Amino acid sequence: MSLPPDAREALDSFAAAAGWEQRARLLMQWGERLAPLTDEEKSDDNRVHGCESQVWLVARQDDGHWRFAAASDARLIRGLLALLLVRVEGLSSAELRQLDLPGWFRQLGLDRQLSPSRSNGLNAVLQRMAQLASGA
Amino acid sequence: MFQPSSWRADFPAIATLQRQHQTYLDSAATTQKPQALLDALSHYYVHGAANVHRAQHLPGALATQAFEASRDKVGTWLNAGAGSQIVFTHGATSALNLLAYGLEHRFEAGEEIAVSALEHHANLLPWQQLARRRGLKLVILPLADNGQIDLDAALQLIGPRTRVLAVSQLSNVLGTWQPLQPLLNHARAQGAITVVDGAQGIVHGRHDVSQLGCDFYVFSSHKLYGPDGLGVLYGRNDALAKLRHWQFGGEMVQLAGYQDSSFRPAPLGFEAGTPPIASVIGLGATLDYLASLDATAVAEHEAALHRHLLRGLNDREGVRILGAPQAALASFVVEGVHNADLSHLLTEQGIAVRAGHHCAMPLVNSLGLDGAIRVSLALYNDSDDLQRFFNALDQALELLR
Repeated sequence: MSLPPDAREALDSFAAAAGWEQRARLLMQWGERLAPLTDEEKSDDNRVHGCESQVWLVARQDDGHWRFAAASDARLIRGLLALLLVRVEGLSSAELRQLDLPGWFRQLGLDRQLSPSRSNGLNAVLQRMAQLASGA
Repeated sequence: MFQPSSWRADFPAIATLQRQHQTYLDSAATTQKPQALLDALSHYYVHGAANVHRAQHLPGALATQAFEASRDKVGTWLNAGAGSQIVFTHGATSALNLLAYGLEHRFEAGEEIAVSALEHHANLLPWQQLARRRGLKLVILPLADNGQIDLDAALQLIGPRTRVLAVSQLSNVLGTWQPLQPLLNHARAQGAITVVDGAQGIVHGRHDVSQLGCDFYVFSSHKLYGPDGLGVLYGRNDALAKLRHWQFGGEMVQLAGYQDSSFRPAPLGFEAGTPPIASVIGLGATLDYLASLDATAVAEHEAALHRHLLRGLNDREGVRILGAPQAALASFVVEGVHNADLSHLLTEQGIAVRAGHHCAMPLVNSLGLDGAIRVSLALYNDSDDLQRFFNALDQALELLR
């Protein structure tokens, strides 16, 4: 499965990033790309719990393709969410189920953000996606 | 000026962490361990583990002897006399749960339990759930702005209906010593049972439970440079006699039949199952180590580091310290910066501090916050640790602003 162009761009830029500062700057830049959610979209139903910050994930299916939007009040989490969305945008449920998302963050050099002691919410968001993909 | 720690080398993990570029400033969550403890654990396992209080064989006798010697050391550390008033549990949380279950039979609907607004969940939830089980009223003692219990208000709220007062000695979020003596005196005069959560307080200075005059005092070993999986419940003899047995099995039994059994008194009666033997022996070794230190020098070192921490935080624009910390730690937020972002960038730079609600959600929420960053100190920290933290904080804030 080839990478979507935005995901390819993300991979290239993170691969070239040297050091934590550059990675943090990149994360914040990617976070700014997230389209803002409306107040209605920031509903309790869309809220992903288990996070230090507030995180919302909005999901809908468009002709069998998943369309996601996400937001957070913390900037670095917004970046992580943006990097997640560019990888999964437009996938079918079957494709989403097969996708190794922890592997994606490993490729970006951000796998430490997924360690179980992290309460940044990325794990909770991945779980929510997996539930959606399995039709739960 | 560089302020070294004379005891840093006694804690081998600090050097290991430093090689991994980690600066450990989360000792209020758990502490690193002294070599003396590691040696004691290794000695116990290398020379033969055995269960305590049951076998007549030599390894069993040696283990029991070492185990009971630790009980006496804890008793001495707290000035509680011999070990008979010391119960070992599986942690401070489990000691407080023991109390909430062991005392339950003494209360009737409408009676009151008083806790403060700053309690760690471990000293809030057991009482909250007990109150719900028995129809009791949980009274929350409010705080003054400096982060201490508002004494005037508290003395009004603790009255003849108060059956238990359960308060922290040192706040794990605000770093404030609580006005224990007037609270305990007043509560006792009202006929209430008094419980002190010493989980943070025990780590800083020596405390004399006989002088405090509380009925129960609770702490956990792992915050006091000891092994984990072990808590201590001190209870005055007459207070321990008020407790009903709550967990059953093992050597807490006197006589057991199919339909009926009788149980030992405290302490063994409240140590169901095999206790954490190695941890108990290890805590004894930790206390020996701590007792060998110059207590004044330790206190001065910790106080100087704490002043350094507060000064550095106060010097930085937009940093708001929670309450007026007196010891051990400081929690803070930065105006316009999300805690999650700040903790992310501190972690990236190898600074081990804690972010979040610090197991005191009601307190943090009542301050109008959803979290804070906490820096906490121990005797092995030095001023370089703080300098690395401040440098990382400056770098993080520069990126985020």
